[in-house]
Amino acid sequence: MKILTAPRMERCIGCHSCSLACARLVHKSLSWDLAGIRISSSGGLSTGFEARTCLACQPAPCAAVCPTNAYSQRKGGGVVVKKSLCIRCGECARACPVDAIFLDQTSEPFVCIHCGRCVSFCPHDCLEFTGARDGGGDTEEEEP
Amino acid sequence: MIRDHFRVLVVDLAKGRGTIANLEGRDAVAGGSGLAAMLFDRYGLPDQPWDDPAQPLIFTIGPLTGYFPLMSKTVCAFKSPYHDQYAESHAGGRSALSLRFADLDALVIRGKAPVPSCLSIGSRRLDLRDVHFLWGTDLLRTGKMLRRMYKGAGHRSIFRIGPAGENRSAMACINVDTYRHFGRLGSGAVMGAKNLKGIVILGDGSFPLPGGKEYSRLFAEVHRKMTDTDMMEKYHNLGTPINMAVLNGIRALPIQNLQKTTDSEIENISGETFARDTLLRNAACAGCPVGCIHIGYVRERFMGENRYLYRQVSYDHEPIFAAGAMLHVTNAFSVLALLDTVEKEGLDVMSAGVALAWATEALEKGIISPRETIVPLKFGDEAIYREAVHHLGAASNDFYRLLGQGTLKAAEHYGGADFACVLGQEMAGYATGEVFYISQALGLRHSHLDAGGYSYDQKDTPPDIEGAVQFLVDDERARVLLTSMVSCLFARGVYGNQVLSDCLRSVGYLNLADGIDSVSRHAQKLRWRTRLRTGFDPRTVTIPKRFLEVETWKGRTDSAYLHKLKDAYVDAILALARDGSEADR
Repeated sequence: MKILTAPRMERCIGCHSCSLACARLVHKSLSWDLAGIRISSSGGLSTGFEARTCLACQPAPCAAVCPTNAYSQRKGGGVVVKKSLCIRCGECARACPVDAIFLDQTSEPFVCIHCGRCVSFCPHDCLEFTGARDGGGDTEEEEP
Repeated sequence: MIRDHFRVLVVDLAKGRGTIANLEGRDAVAGGSGLAAMLFDRYGLPDQPWDDPAQPLIFTIGPLTGYFPLMSKTVCAFKSPYHDQYAESHAGGRSALSLRFADLDALVIRGKAPVPSCLSIGSRRLDLRDVHFLWGTDLLRTGKMLRRMYKGAGHRSIFRIGPAGENRSAMACINVDTYRHFGRLGSGAVMGAKNLKGIVILGDGSFPLPGGKEYSRLFAEVHRKMTDTDMMEKYHNLGTPINMAVLNGIRALPIQNLQKTTDSEIENISGETFARDTLLRNAACAGCPVGCIHIGYVRERFMGENRYLYRQVSYDHEPIFAAGAMLHVTNAFSVLALLDTVEKEGLDVMSAGVALAWATEALEKGIISPRETIVPLKFGDEAIYREAVHHLGAASNDFYRLLGQGTLKAAEHYGGADFACVLGQEMAGYATGEVFYISQALGLRHSHLDAGGYSYDQKDTPPDIEGAVQFLVDDERARVLLTSMVSCLFARGVYGNQVLSDCLRSVGYLNLADGIDSVSRHAQKLRWRTRLRTGFDPRTVTIPKRFLEVETWKGRTDSAYLHKLKDAYVDAILALARDGSEADR
């Protein structure tokens, strides 16, 4: 299965189009938080931007700590989340080593589902939706 | 959040507390510019001075902010220290989306904090913190400190002022997220007078989107137009500095205090030169995939043994015109170094550059002496200008304090009004002719963005007073509609009335969608009425002699046409304000 990677973040201009697209298309929200990819400046705008997004861990530490099996391992990396099984404990977000899971006010988790719908909204081609583990970029270096 | 009213946070700095006001008026003024004028009507004191603690500092966004691409700007409104009248200034950065996600249509700041303070707001936050230790700190360092003090990197907007704002310079800007500014007419001084060093807006809210496919379909269509077509190429490729060579080529670039309009050395500070030699990268306002912000760099050797530092500086046509062409600084890196100094002081670069150009010519003519200027101002001498910029921001002596209140104020005292390049405020970077001069001199914001007068001039139509005035009135009305949404004006080619109407309908603003024509007329009149109520009399506006001496590709300024045009536009403005009063009764 394909996964989303962010291999060219040095090109990012901070428009947040990817986050807004994810929130809009996947989560039916106007938000830059309720999204599987979130952009932050790394120490002020003058040092550029970084993407907080799921690195498609395999095995995924967030799935390992989920006490209700709401999280399960996704084939090819990452996780599948069944919100109906989630008890909003927030353990997934605490287990994520790269802060890729956002918890809203009720502790509902938002994590990338690797659907690739954000990719076409990036004006500088920072993102890639590729076959698992063959896309290079930061996922290869970030194996847990 | 889609709602048929406005949700406004009104903060009282004296108490460090705020109130949420839910106000009617959405269908009448939409938001942005229209809302700002409505809020000034409600909270402003037209007859009291700009620095009365009760005067409001207003920030507004629009009904489409965040919902569509390039709906990414914020309107700031205030009583200006420059002319003690109602003023508007616009900025982007993350300001608009942060206000949206803070669940506010507007922020109104009243009162004066007891000590230098920073206001922090969000969808679940209101906090006023003592930051006396930052008073006197330059604007860039202030940004670094505030970033450390508050959480929310990437999803917040930080407004701050430099020494110029603390010193109540009428040329003080409010810096937004390092690379954008509420630049003109002295909003920074309003923060300074309120003891407000910074404002941090945390965008920590989220909202459900309307159901159905229409919104998503329309978003994709607008996004495609903004990114796929050539329409935006000029903004993200060379950016606005492309105008430097174009205007220089048609002899319409103000150079050396508008003593000339073309110069072979301008090639060294053209958009092409900046892109080739100095451009590090682009950046964008949140919610805009165009990425028009161009960032260059300053590299400085501060010690022997090859010890260097570097800083990143944003550039555009207007800053290059003001710190480059107008001062005849014709080296791209020197211009960036000067811009960097202007940023630190928290000055509006257009005003500062034009003011120093006047001061240089005044010194040359012996109207003022080095006793006033402290440093020997000289066209082309960037190092001297960097010192002068510091004196202007610091208000180092009576001369610089007065110059910081406006070039014409200094000229009234010392002489030299004939060559003060002031059109309501210090001129913008176009010497295209009569329609532009009148547009800026009389425009509500005294901005080249009030209406496209510079563009009208370049169409080479023969003098046509009625046609030109109709153009100015109609173009202003169209722009007021956009700045009430609040769209970036670069998107005006995409956001025609039908597209705006469709966008409003798709998110649920049905009345607005049907009534945008009446909204634009109402907002235009309301703004003019507000401006006139605070003391503006367009009949008193004068055009300095220097503008009559300008030579462009069309030849010398047509003085008779200019004055007739002025009289006709004055009548049109007075009629707009008068109609507004009647319509609102």
